[in-house]
Amino acid sequence: MGSRKLLLLVMILGLWQTGRAQSPTYGVGRTPTDEEIRKLDISIGPDGKELPPGSGTAAQGAGLFVRKACFGCHGETGSGGPAPTLIRSDGKTKSPYPCLVPCVNDSNPMAFHSPYATTIWDYINRAMPLTKEGTLKPSEVYALTAYILFKNGIIKEDEVMDAQSLPKVKMPNRDHFALAPEWKHGTPRLQGYP
Amino acid sequence: MSPKLSGRRKFLRDSAALVGLAAGAGVAPPADAQMSSSESPPKDCKDTEDLIAYGERSHYVKSVRIPVKERMSPDEFGMTFHVTSPLQDSVGIITASSLHYVATHRGSYIPDINPQEHRLMIHGMVDRPLIFTVDELKRLPYVTRVHFLECSGNRAKPTHKTVQETHGMTSCCEWTGVPLSLLLKEAGVQSGASFVVAEGAETVKGATSLPLAKCMDDCLVCYGQNGEPVRPQHGFPLRLIVPGYEGIHNVKYLRRIKVVEKHYMTYNDYGHLAADARVAALNRQVGPKSVITFPSGEQKLPGPGFYEITGLAWSGSGAVRSVDVSLDGGQTWTPAELRSPAYPMAHTRFGFHWKWDGKECVIMSRCTDELGTVQPTRAEIAKYWNVPNDKDLQIKGLDNSVFPWRVASDGSVYNGLA
Repeated sequence: MGSRKLLLLVMILGLWQTGRAQSPTYGVGRTPTDEEIRKLDISIGPDGKELPPGSGTAAQGAGLFVRKACFGCHGETGSGGPAPTLIRSDGKTKSPYPCLVPCVNDSNPMAFHSPYATTIWDYINRAMPLTKEGTLKPSEVYALTAYILFKNGIIKEDEVMDAQSLPKVKMPNRDHFALAPEWKHGTPRLQGYP
Repeated sequence: MSPKLSGRRKFLRDSAALVGLAAGAGVAPPADAQMSSSESPPKDCKDTEDLIAYGERSHYVKSVRIPVKERMSPDEFGMTFHVTSPLQDSVGIITASSLHYVATHRGSYIPDINPQEHRLMIHGMVDRPLIFTVDELKRLPYVTRVHFLECSGNRAKPTHKTVQETHGMTSCCEWTGVPLSLLLKEAGVQSGASFVVAEGAETVKGATSLPLAKCMDDCLVCYGQNGEPVRPQHGFPLRLIVPGYEGIHNVKYLRRIKVVEKHYMTYNDYGHLAADARVAALNRQVGPKSVITFPSGEQKLPGPGFYEITGLAWSGSGAVRSVDVSLDGGQTWTPAELRSPAYPMAHTRFGFHWKWDGKECVIMSRCTDELGTVQPTRAEIAKYWNVPNDKDLQIKGLDNSVFPWRVASDGSVYNGLA
């Protein structure tokens, strides 16, 4: 009897130990490993602190734009294809699709509307190329980002993009956007709006 | 006579009428009820094993979703863009899952996710990062709520003909899931956190930045939609419901919640970025809004007489308190009746008795939510921004303007903006 009580105590202590690896109130779920978090966490914030090692230039990006067949959807000059315009067009080539509001295509591609270069890196990394998402290596993403930034006149051709330089790129829309005010339960979406 | 007695007398009278009808059908059909007379009984539908397993609607019912004209779905890549719900045929407040509008930000494939392999991870600025299977989430305390969703593209244009075109990018379902606040409390949010990034598992890994305050308030990690698992077009196996916020924030195929210190400017975030903080606020939360679904564009009234005007009202700020209807283009307004429960951030059905005299008129509805905010007219919106109220008026933020239908003297119904 005494040994069974001891066994019970050991089991409870054991549960308490593994409980640390589960949600504290319900004991459901588990703690992800560092490797799992690293693999899943593809979010790159505006300060770029999650950017991985690696680097690339516009020249390397130009080669990748062809080799990875980016031009197939985005157009040979980065505009006029069915996929969003990447390089601001001369006005002659135009996306076949009507623009949403705000329009982030044709004369206002991502490099001009996004306030941070990190958003471009993040999106290429997570969502491109179509059907082969997530296959680009970090240096390839840096190179393609550099290519887009250079072709839109935002960085120089020889500027190397990496975890340090990319978040520092001064984007055209950096100081021309506003975020919604702090949200509070039970308040109208905008005070004073009819 | 007390109102109670009056109600009972009415019930007895109506019951007597029903009994009379039933008796009449059995003995001699009344002259005005020939449909119940000598015709043969309806043909039988042969049931199949498949239909016994999972039923379908009558083949006489033809109501369908329609892709927006500007870009087809599926498109040339096989991706889905924006597909509208047939509001003109809607009854009640729940949209059938099969008819719920579908929107993806810039076109996306519908992923085929095995729920046994799907995981939701919560990490970032938390004391205890956690990872859950779908089955584990289903073990946790849950709630069921009715909420609408609406796409920012839901804006009426003069070229639109039907209510499906003008307003079909909103729908309303019963959603079941775990409060996001519960999951965040289990993970232990650290001080200094103010946003979360919610991310989906589809090919483009769509992500959005959400205020932590909203996540702790009423967001739900849903696995249930209208009594069954969330449909693939709507986020199977897990969808984040962010009540009252613009549709894009309601992340489908939810796989990851990262707690962060600031707005993360994801691809979806940047695509809706505004230069003016007022527009940013109007972009985020849906204002009080309503629309008449009958009579509506391309429907036709057979002649003067009694009709029940009906429609839907909703607000991103809470429950609908009241709806008014105007029969004279907005000069005078009369209260309509609410015909359904008025849940917070949910479609609410209204009805209005109308005896049409056969003259041309412009009918419209406006809604007031529980905060007392009244759905604005286009004229009021134009005045707020100090711009002309004409056909070129581009409404900033999410469009919740009062919408007119013009009923012509022959009973045809037209877009009142045209």
